[in-house]
Amino acid sequence: MRKLITRLIPRDPGRSFVIGVPYLWLILFFLVPFLIVLKISMSEMQVGVPPFKPLFGWADDFLSVRIYLGNLFSLFDVANDNLYAVTYLSSLKYAAFTTLLCLFIGFPFAYFLARSRPTIRPVLMMLVMLPFWTSFLLRVYAWKGILANHGVLNNLMIWLGVIDEPVRMLHTPFSLMIGMVYGYLPFMVLPLYANLVKLDVRFLEAAADLGATPWKAFWLITVPLSKSGIVAGSMLVFIPCVGEFVIPDLLGGPETLMIGRVLWDELFSNNDWPRAAAVAVVTILLIIVPLAIFNKYQAEQQGGGRT
Amino acid sequence: MSTGRVNWFGRGWLAAGYVFLYIPIFLLIVLSFNQSRQDVIWTGFTLNWYRELLVDKEIIDGFILSLKIAFLTGLLSVVLGTFAAFTLVKYSRFFGRTAFVGMVNAPLVMPEVIIGLSLLLLMVSLQNTETFSWISRGMFTILIGHALVGMAYATVVVQSRLQEMDRSIEEAAMDLGCRPRQVFFLVTLPNITQALMSAFLLTFTLSLDDVVISQLLSGPGSSTMPIVIFSRARLGLDPRVNAVATLTILVVTIGVIASSIYLARLERRRQKEMSAAFSADAA
Repeated sequence: MRKLITRLIPRDPGRSFVIGVPYLWLILFFLVPFLIVLKISMSEMQVGVPPFKPLFGWADDFLSVRIYLGNLFSLFDVANDNLYAVTYLSSLKYAAFTTLLCLFIGFPFAYFLARSRPTIRPVLMMLVMLPFWTSFLLRVYAWKGILANHGVLNNLMIWLGVIDEPVRMLHTPFSLMIGMVYGYLPFMVLPLYANLVKLDVRFLEAAADLGATPWKAFWLITVPLSKSGIVAGSMLVFIPCVGEFVIPDLLGGPETLMIGRVLWDELFSNNDWPRAAAVAVVTILLIIVPLAIFNKYQAEQQGGGRT
Repeated sequence: MSTGRVNWFGRGWLAAGYVFLYIPIFLLIVLSFNQSRQDVIWTGFTLNWYRELLVDKEIIDGFILSLKIAFLTGLLSVVLGTFAAFTLVKYSRFFGRTAFVGMVNAPLVMPEVIIGLSLLLLMVSLQNTETFSWISRGMFTILIGHALVGMAYATVVVQSRLQEMDRSIEEAAMDLGCRPRQVFFLVTLPNITQALMSAFLLTFTLSLDDVVISQLLSGPGSSTMPIVIFSRARLGLDPRVNAVATLTILVVTIGVIASSIYLARLERRRQKEMSAAFSADAA
């Protein structure tokens, strides 16, 4: 008895408090809500309040559990309704393209940033960070004015004589890609810069001494040494892009299906909560896979010693 | 990397990158002074939209609400994030540590739509019980959503500072008879002040800017500024939104420059004090 009491009373109350407060907060507002999403994704939809049937019932001294997997299965019922399968694939596709484009633009950008004179580097870095602190929403919204039919870009091209009539750019895959690359480019540049700035330039000098062309030295030295920066930047772009909502909503069109928007519509337009919850559950599973790969990669990097 | 040896190609690439990053911002500033309501063609200078902004009750109310939520989010995130960072750095063994690590980091990668949805479903489920039927969606539900994400960011910032901090000064304080609480307030806290301030600024900004979680968790009469802007932005260009954007950019620019100067000065002073302490030690 006495042993039990001493075990229940923490020896170090400060420690329990420090661990307990954030733990409790996360359980209340992260774990429990997630379990509720999981629960609702397995309940049948009904018209009323709440707009889903209960999972657990209690009648005649029997606890009944009704797990309805229709919501989850219907997402992959390609023969009947392939909206979800297509949306997942197109979300992944847009996220992948965004990542590649960000890498293509961001790598040289970070590279030249890292090679710039140390005296102006802080200013250049601040110029990358500044848009980052300015409202994301407002910056995405500004692209509407640039890409609209009577927007800046069309006016400019007509004035230059490149085109005669406005080209439809807004609400197309093109405008979506511009918005996504624009929004996530700093997330690619920052980790790459942090990595490249530490690169020892003597490696490149050695390569040059041994007769490598700058191009060859770049591919054989700079790229392999900045691998962890490339992976980190790609993850920081790819994962949020999959679930992005604001950019597809403002700049995307009817043909640019993205999962965040479909989920939003299920919730607000169709009021189909179980379906929205099921979409959310599958999306989480989709995100966990690249994340697990990333974590494994990082663990290997740290375990195997840094190169 | 090396000293300034950026060729013309590099300069061109950097310039093009900065143009890409700044064109939309520049456009918003120009358009906020443009007379035309709909078009992006320059028709003349006006301060009309700023005048209209002063009487735009929806935006002003939204702004005040956003500021309140952002301030509270900053405070709550920093407190929770500091606790979580301490837990992660100092306590390597406790029940469910893996789950804790996972839950702390999850909001960083979870799409906002899903975080908002799960909290929305929690609130609705609570509303349907007898005990919690008083819960209504509004400022506090938004605050919880923002602080959940903010805590994750604050944890990362504070954790990295705690890890690079010199632990021997804490040990020295303990050797000299400080109680754990005194060590925290007299030694640890002054050392991580800068990280706490960055964490506050970061979570404050994230909260001020968030639209998805806010929209999902807001109730009638609790529209934050991003919610108002978002609903107008969906319809097309709105000159008052351009004016808001210009003011935001102005404040952010001043804030970023001022804080970077301040932080640089703080760092220099800290370095000076450190070296003074060590040289006094040597003497």
